[in-house]
Amino acid sequence: MSAVAPSSAAAAPAALPSARAPARRDAAARALAPRVVLGLYVMFLLVPIYWLVNMSLKTNLEISSGMTLWPEAPTLDNYRRIFTDASWYSGYINSLKFVVLNTAISLGVALPAAYAFSRYRFLGDKHLFFWLLSNRMAPPAVFALPFFQLYSAVGLFDTPWAVALAHCVFNIPLAVWILEGFMSGVPREIDETAAIDGWSFPAFFVRLFLPLVAGGVGVAAFFCFMFSWVELLLARTLTTVDAKPITATMTRTVSAAGMDWGLLAAAGTLTIVPGAVVIWFVRNHIARGFALGRV
Amino acid sequence: MSVALEGVSLSAGGRPVLHPLTLELPSGLPNVLLGPTGSGKTTLLRLLAGLDRPDAGRILAEGRDVTGTAVRRRSVAMVYQQFINYPTLSVFENIASPLRVGRLPRAEVESRVLEAARLLRLEPHLKRKPLELSGGQQQRTAIARALVKRASLVLMDEPLANLDYKLREELREELPKLFAESGAVFVYATTEPAEALLLGGRVATLSEGSVTQFGPAGEVFRRPCDLATARVFSDPPLNEAPARIEGGRLRLASGVALPAPPLPTGACTVGVRAHQLSLEPLEGAVPLPATVRVSEVTGSESYIHLDVGGLSWVVLTPGVRRPEPGDAATVWLDPRRLLVFGEDGRLAATPALAEAA
Repeated sequence: MSAVAPSSAAAAPAALPSARAPARRDAAARALAPRVVLGLYVMFLLVPIYWLVNMSLKTNLEISSGMTLWPEAPTLDNYRRIFTDASWYSGYINSLKFVVLNTAISLGVALPAAYAFSRYRFLGDKHLFFWLLSNRMAPPAVFALPFFQLYSAVGLFDTPWAVALAHCVFNIPLAVWILEGFMSGVPREIDETAAIDGWSFPAFFVRLFLPLVAGGVGVAAFFCFMFSWVELLLARTLTTVDAKPITATMTRTVSAAGMDWGLLAAAGTLTIVPGAVVIWFVRNHIARGFALGRV
Repeated sequence: MSVALEGVSLSAGGRPVLHPLTLELPSGLPNVLLGPTGSGKTTLLRLLAGLDRPDAGRILAEGRDVTGTAVRRRSVAMVYQQFINYPTLSVFENIASPLRVGRLPRAEVESRVLEAARLLRLEPHLKRKPLELSGGQQQRTAIARALVKRASLVLMDEPLANLDYKLREELREELPKLFAESGAVFVYATTEPAEALLLGGRVATLSEGSVTQFGPAGEVFRRPCDLATARVFSDPPLNEAPARIEGGRLRLASGVALPAPPLPTGACTVGVRAHQLSLEPLEGAVPLPATVRVSEVTGSESYIHLDVGGLSWVVLTPGVRRPEPGDAATVWLDPRRLLVFGEDGRLAATPALAEAA
């Protein structure tokens, strides 16, 4: 720097140090700015979740008596009630039942379908493929009435199967789209090489092909799991007592005794946990999943 | 052992991609399919493998019709231009893949895989995944898998095209040996005439979905049966010129007359390869005036692109020469090295000095 402007340095030797100091402060501020912005952003995202956890650890008295940034008298009573009261924990079990069922059915159907869309050309394949996705565009409410009537008639009403099958309308198309994207990323020559090597199709599909699209399977399972886990309308309409999901149970706290804030917050916290766990497993593939596997 | 095609043809989307062809591929020496991109080499290989079915015709393996037989039941191995391996399996399992299906005893699998890995120098990498290896090692893994199967038909689709120069030379030398010993029918597709000559064996030249000639490599090179074959089997491109046979003389369009082979009067096309032209006077050669367009120096040789009476020609000349574009030059054309093609494109006269090519 001094070599570049020796004349100006000679002309105003006293001005240099004071001119440099603000420059350094500018650079420091510029380096700090992104962190501050990002920090604020993350904080805003996390505030509702923090508040939920915060509330779940408070008593109802503390919640209703004023605002406290953290629990004054932390208590696990709310959680204890959920884990001991059958009417609460059975909600989680019921939800898990139909969510796992639905994820299994969706993947079981979507894997061969996605392979067919990815590898074969057949009459109307492109239209069928698009029609699949358009299924997702219908609001669940549209399907609530026909499903309700149909399941009542065939005796599926108020069973985990009812909800699991109903959610397939939304999850199979999504899973097919995601998996098709991932599968099309695998060169067709690998399929051919396996055939030339003599692998039977089922053996090739399970032992050679599935590991190649494992990321896609994980992401598709995640999306099925999450949709089924948070979906309220169909799940509540198609169940009454025996298969009542947690999302429906949570609406119960608005009762004659007033609002059980702490309990509801604890239930909410527990509802977030499974999603967070599943995200952890597919975190490396999730971005590609949101692009439906097409990167 | 041999594999034969009988009147096999294929079209896609109403357009023929392979015209009916009959070909018998013997075992032992390599059978090279030579042709530019899009000439139908890969199509032909896929038909031979059984990955695609021909519209018409039969494919016979050792006299038995295998046209409708599924790929899985055929004794075929194939290596692609892209390095195709199973990314999730180790190199050992990749090579062992065809043997796993056959449910061979563990010791047998191991000894055969190790043998193939030794031949292709993959021993240090057997525990690694294919994608951790270099391109050459990946392709050697694919070749080892083809070798270990001991298939009676081995197909290679430009297997060395994506490899670096040194490795290509090495593998080109080894491949025919590896597969000739096994008694398999070895089919090798390439776009490079030099590769076809180096591999030896037989060459089938392909042009626009037809096999134009099939025979020993040297013979096809020296006596291409038609213009299409000569074009496919020339790199740099064949130098061509329209000409006429008149009164026992071969008259080029530019007016130069050459001594002609005994041919009936009529129009013809002459072709001469770049290395058979010279920028120095040759005994018995005819000088043609030319203008330099571009010169390329490749180490000890130079390609000089010239404008010879309105035709675009290339001359391969020894040594480093860098004439400037626009310079005048003289090309010496030896009539005894000319390929003369009749109006129908068939070779009309064999060059007198063919053997010296």
